Amino acid sequence: MSVSDLSAPAAGSPGSRVRAVHDSFHGDLLEVSMGPHHPSTHGVFRMIVTLDGETIVKLKPVFGYLHRNHEKLGENVTYLGSMPYTDRLDYLSSMTNNWAYALAVEKLAGQAVPERAEYVRVILAELTRLLNHTCLAGFLMQDCGCSGTPLMYAFREREYILDLFESLSGSRMMCNYQRFGGCRVDPSADWLAGAQKLTDRYGVFLDEFETLLTGNEIIMARTQGVGKLPPALAIGAGVTGPMLRASGVNYDLRKVDAYGVYPRFDFRVPLGDHGDVYDRYMIRVLEMRESIKILQQALAGLPGGPIMDPKAKLRSFRPKAGEAYGRIEGPKGEIGFYLLSDGSPNPYRYRIRPPSFINLTILEDMCLGHTVADAVIILGSVDIVLGEVDR
Amino acid sequence: METPEQIRDRLLARFPGAEITVVPNPGTDAQHSLLLGAAHARALAEFLRDDATLRLDQCSNVTGIDWPEKEIVETTKVATPDPANPAGPPKVVEQKTKRLQLGCLEVVYHLYSISLRHGPVILRLRTGNRTDQAAVPSLTPVWRSCEFQEREVFDLFGVTFHGHPDLRRILMWDEFADHPMRRDYVEPDDYEWEPTPHGTVLEKAKAHYPAPPPAAVAPAKGATP
Amino acid sequence: MLGTGLLSGLGVTAKNFVGSFYDPARLTTIEYPEVKTKLPEAYRNFPFLVAENATDPMGTLRCVACQICEKECPPQCIYIEKSKDKKPDATGKPQLFPAIFAIDTSVCMSCQICVEVCPFDAIKMDQVYEIATTDRFSALLLNREQLAKSNAYYHGIHPTEAAEVDARLAAERKAAEEKAAAAAAAKAAAAAAKAAAPVAKPLPNA
Repeated sequence: MSVSDLSAPAAGSPGSRVRAVHDSFHGDLLEVSMGPHHPSTHGVFRMIVTLDGETIVKLKPVFGYLHRNHEKLGENVTYLGSMPYTDRLDYLSSMTNNWAYALAVEKLAGQAVPERAEYVRVILAELTRLLNHTCLAGFLMQDCGCSGTPLMYAFREREYILDLFESLSGSRMMCNYQRFGGCRVDPSADWLAGAQKLTDRYGVFLDEFETLLTGNEIIMARTQGVGKLPPALAIGAGVTGPMLRASGVNYDLRKVDAYGVYPRFDFRVPLGDHGDVYDRYMIRVLEMRESIKILQQALAGLPGGPIMDPKAKLRSFRPKAGEAYGRIEGPKGEIGFYLLSDGSPNPYRYRIRPPSFINLTILEDMCLGHTVADAVIILGSVDIVLGEVDR
Repeated sequence: METPEQIRDRLLARFPGAEITVVPNPGTDAQHSLLLGAAHARALAEFLRDDATLRLDQCSNVTGIDWPEKEIVETTKVATPDPANPAGPPKVVEQKTKRLQLGCLEVVYHLYSISLRHGPVILRLRTGNRTDQAAVPSLTPVWRSCEFQEREVFDLFGVTFHGHPDLRRILMWDEFADHPMRRDYVEPDDYEWEPTPHGTVLEKAKAHYPAPPPAAVAPAKGATP
Repeated sequence: MLGTGLLSGLGVTAKNFVGSFYDPARLTTIEYPEVKTKLPEAYRNFPFLVAENATDPMGTLRCVACQICEKECPPQCIYIEKSKDKKPDATGKPQLFPAIFAIDTSVCMSCQICVEVCPFDAIKMDQVYEIATTDRFSALLLNREQLAKSNAYYHGIHPTEAAEVDARLAAERKAAEEKAAAAAAAKAAAAAAKAAAPVAKPLPNA
């Protein structure tokens, strides 16, 4: 099938959001621009969808509306100065972004991290995973048309985690908490008790949430069989994270790279069978249950000791010349930072490997043959945050 | 997993005549990379992806790096005959030679194997220069994940990827003319007035407003606004 | 039976709806602005300058205009000009002070790096969030007078942190005083020893 002419609508074409395109085989097709102002695109994100009747025959994503050129900013500030900017990449999971960046710099500089800090990092990363997957379940159901009820239940639980982050780091979302060589603040016994209470209670909330959603016939009808992603295509297209595992590929950086103290914890990696939207939703729910297990183990085994390596330097931090690539399993996929140092206080090259951006590579492949309503759900299941896609 | 030297030797055995060099990484992380020549890059990449012991089936990260031209001054000590005393011992003079190291644009690929769970193998491709030869072969036909990332390197650095199925700007709008991540990028003069200019921002403000800037630019000493 | 999933889901919704009338776990809305949330102590939003006492804030600022926070601030929102003369600070020691200290709060992202790098505990994080103004530029540029708040205010918003800072500063001052006293005593002892022992005059032809 060949569709004539279209990458993006011609530059300077006046306002019309919908235009007719002619194809030699099908006749007239309809080109719809979904976004960038759209309630279901999870941010300023645009999809140019070409429809044959109701079926999608071509889909081109257009982004860059939130491009702030973090990578250039990183070259103009010091290594420490980039840490608050990493909060603003995937703004829902700032703790894991901070950890990925701190890991990359620690690799670059050969900086050691005390054991207590590693445990605290794991606790916060798993809390972030809970937060993110809860958010995603809520938003995905919102995209399916549940009008906000599961979303508000999800946000109600998310608030408790955000309160924990606020009492620890001072800010709900822009935490700026990890440092090179440890963490900024030592969690108090009160905070740890609060985290324990939340972990004990979260399973109950998940049970109620699943009763509401998982067996729901409408959700199953809408999401099963939609947006299938075959595993070979997923691997080649650089898909990582829950999306890859929903297609049946057993690749979780917490097990493969074994960074931090993850090898000490006993947890499983859920895998999907079909790679459709329902699998991606279920994988995230199952991952939440595994996160609760890891949290119980980490909170029980938290050692004492310093929270920050005493030899770590805050100012005048000049790693030796060289390069390093550090990556962790963030809630959305593999988030990595590539740093090239030339011995000066600022990095020479600061590159962010954004999981949401790369997971969008196969958006078109997943949406072909479906309807526009399905495209909205498929995009929801990819779990993008535009702060990370555009940087 | 094999070291970069072993990989290079195997690649040279399979593709004699290909340009492959090991670029050492001086830092503490010590992940060395392989610099590939443009002629055989696509074939080498396919071999790395399909080889049974390596099976590097995922290209995780594509980075562009800008190396501008650098003037390198080398000081050498040369013994020249002393003009005042030709028969005597030669005088040792310091001679400075300047040479221009050509700039280039570099693309770095981080490859991992999902099936064999090892990695990374790092590949580097360099362009001829930063102006008319700023092109490398695209590895998108080998790994689909390079599609958007190579478009980003094209957009922000100006590297053309031969063989890319859809090479156009991705983060900047299509009519944008410059390449923002280059080291010599100058921002367009769409200046918005700032209350606290200092440093480079103050220079831009002075250049933009030939007349004295608006009254509240210098931070007020004590007057409440 | 088809529809059991839907029915059990509706049951969950009903439980939440009915529970929101009496169960505090279900009724989570805080009716701002009549009711305000109690903020945790660590909450941070915009910095302020600490002045030792409230009666003379400009004279007792801890800031000595070292400009470290200006250099480390990632969005470069701090602007400092050093004074030309020195003034005695709260402990009586002559110090430079900031003639101009301005923070552009439209740029500041409350990242707290200025607080972490300040060697004098002079700048700390405030907790203000009801600071909306109608002027987009000059009203958001806070100068020295607007930024200076007293140490008592600091104790009010961050009690444990302020107590720890005060203890540390007091210990440092005590250590400095003891060192000065020991040095003065040693000097006095040396001068006394010198005065007591007569100085032997060297003989002219020794």
